Amino acid sequence: MGFAASVGGTRCTFSDLKTLLARATPLRSGDVLAGVAAESAAERVAAQRALADLPLTHFLDEVVIPYEADEVTRLIQDRHDPAAFAPVRSLTVGGFRDWLLGVADTAALTALAPGLTPEMAAAVSKIMRLQDLVAVAAKCRVVTRFRNTIGLPGTLSIRLQPNDPVDDPRGVAAAVLDGLLLGAGDAVIGVNPATDNVETTIRVLELLDAVRLRYDIPTQSCVLAHVTTTMRAMQQGAPVDLVFQSIGGTEAVNRSFGVSLSLLAESREAALALGRGTLGQNVMYFETGQGSALSAEAHHGCDQQTIEARAYAVAREYAPLLVNSVVGFIGPEYLFDGKQITRAGLEDHFCGKLLGLPMGVDVCYTNHAEADQDDMDALLTLLGVAGVTYVMGVPGADDVMLAYQSTSFHDGRYVRAALGKRPAPEFAAWMERMGIEAASGQGELPRLMAPELVGLA
Amino acid sequence: MSGPEGKGGEHAPPPARWADLRRFTAARVALGRVGDGMPTAAHLAFQEAHARARDAVHATLDVVGVAAAAESLGLPVVAVASQAADRRTFLLRPDLGRRLRAADRGRLPAAPGAILFVVADGLCASGVAAQAPAFLAEAVPLLRGAGMPVAPIIVAAQGRVALGDEIGGLTGAAMVAMLIGERPGLTATESMGLYLTFAPRPGRTDAERNCISNIRDGGMSARAAAEKLLWLAGAALRLGATGVALKDEQPATPLLPA
Repeated sequence: MGFAASVGGTRCTFSDLKTLLARATPLRSGDVLAGVAAESAAERVAAQRALADLPLTHFLDEVVIPYEADEVTRLIQDRHDPAAFAPVRSLTVGGFRDWLLGVADTAALTALAPGLTPEMAAAVSKIMRLQDLVAVAAKCRVVTRFRNTIGLPGTLSIRLQPNDPVDDPRGVAAAVLDGLLLGAGDAVIGVNPATDNVETTIRVLELLDAVRLRYDIPTQSCVLAHVTTTMRAMQQGAPVDLVFQSIGGTEAVNRSFGVSLSLLAESREAALALGRGTLGQNVMYFETGQGSALSAEAHHGCDQQTIEARAYAVAREYAPLLVNSVVGFIGPEYLFDGKQITRAGLEDHFCGKLLGLPMGVDVCYTNHAEADQDDMDALLTLLGVAGVTYVMGVPGADDVMLAYQSTSFHDGRYVRAALGKRPAPEFAAWMERMGIEAASGQGELPRLMAPELVGLA
Repeated sequence: MSGPEGKGGEHAPPPARWADLRRFTAARVALGRVGDGMPTAAHLAFQEAHARARDAVHATLDVVGVAAAAESLGLPVVAVASQAADRRTFLLRPDLGRRLRAADRGRLPAAPGAILFVVADGLCASGVAAQAPAFLAEAVPLLRGAGMPVAPIIVAAQGRVALGDEIGGLTGAAMVAMLIGERPGLTATESMGLYLTFAPRPGRTDAERNCISNIRDGGMSARAAAEKLLWLAGAALRLGATGVALKDEQPATPLLPA
């Protein structure tokens, strides 16, 4: 079936749901590159009008990628919870936007999550402004636990990202200590390895676990290697807290990442069997990002934001501790400038939260994108107001291994201070116990955090 | 840049203050803090590094150095361009950067059986301009000494890696070595990559290439990269392929004494 709407006396038609969603998407370079974007501003608004009039129940009848062809579509359809969907069942997409901004409170949004499909979340986000995306996300509440509690009201957590170009243990340890002194690390201390092999992964895992134990930090660590590498490391007895994997919103993009739903389930079972969590057993960590499906030629003619939302259906199947979009990493052919990165970051956070995920964002850019630190400050501040679960912390905002810019440890301090947010409570208490604020304010190292303890001598 | 002081520290006293962490990493650690923010010097050092990286991305390919290097090697230079007419188009449309401008198709030399160098700006024209002359001066004599004919040098503006496939196919070269500027980071702004593709033609995938990356001061030297290319090119000729089929098993050579 098709859809139609008129704008300024011109009638626009859209042949199917995925076309309607693509044409209704606010402008971004990746959709233009894919050839699915609206051809004019007027066509985009016509699509948004037609989308606003679409009943939410339509999303249960028409899928954007065939059920038979894609295991992510099967996951979405099979897991849909009709009882949870009931409160919004009679609404159109436009009516749903009004409901989200109006009567929906935290309890209603929490109860609704299993009743929403990612395509419903993506659809409503396409007719929302930035302030709508912020306001609704701020009403969502998702709390997860491993060795501390992430996502409580009034908190904002930070992943400490101490990457090193050659996985040098002293380089990693120095960046970890630097980040801890600036209040980062309550979401996770997570290293992207320069070399994805089992030996390196185990070596870095053992280092991070030693740092955690010697400083007695109530947090978790992760080496962001491929899931199969981490499974091998677990088999060899390595101290794995969280299993990491990059995921996408179609079976084909996941295949390009070398994963499937069954492999993710298997890795989660292996991590649960280790029983390393003390407060909870959220053992998975996922990263996503708009554009990865087109990059892998696995987008099935869908727009990149709809595919991104479908990745969140994959993520929530495994009760993750952390999920973040790496929003500005992919490059200008997908998100051209600060404006496009900003909107995409807020869309991703909104859709993730609406679908029930502990959603963080890697607020970032590469040097060939039209973006700079001012754009990052604006997105970070907006995300803070939106209640983002966590952001990254990188020494001086410069990741010397991945050669891109993310948020610095200082940025984390800024956004917490500006918005009155605290770290996870267990981590905040630990910082106090260690005397971190007093020492770092004087350029000193706290007595209980001697560098020798983590191999820096 | 007031930044990292490099690695080392084996003989230094144990770290006692925050600033001492700098000796262990090139990352921007121990910047201190003013309130919650970054001190002025650290902020401006970052801004300078970003400005240099941005300028490098948007630089125009300067062919003078490459032409001089080619001349001293007795090689002609042919300048061509991709279908991406300007930098903005190049960034937004990677597909156009992989296709040769129609007017240039008839200007390419025939080079059957030769190894063909294509020098392209990629994401950092200043990177390839800085590294390619020294690299060619090392690589061309090595290849000739091994009996491999070297084709005229092609300089390509607004080029992506796969542009070499079309150029190589039109010349009939045995293989194409694409020298291309790598996306600049804040610490490495003048870096070049080399992509070697056997029997180039449009439609080759990245899995059918071998890559030598990070050719720059502080990374892989021109000499080491030239030796690796010689090894890879020889192996490609024997195997009749590059890419995943050609595993880099170049024997490690002992480091020369300083």
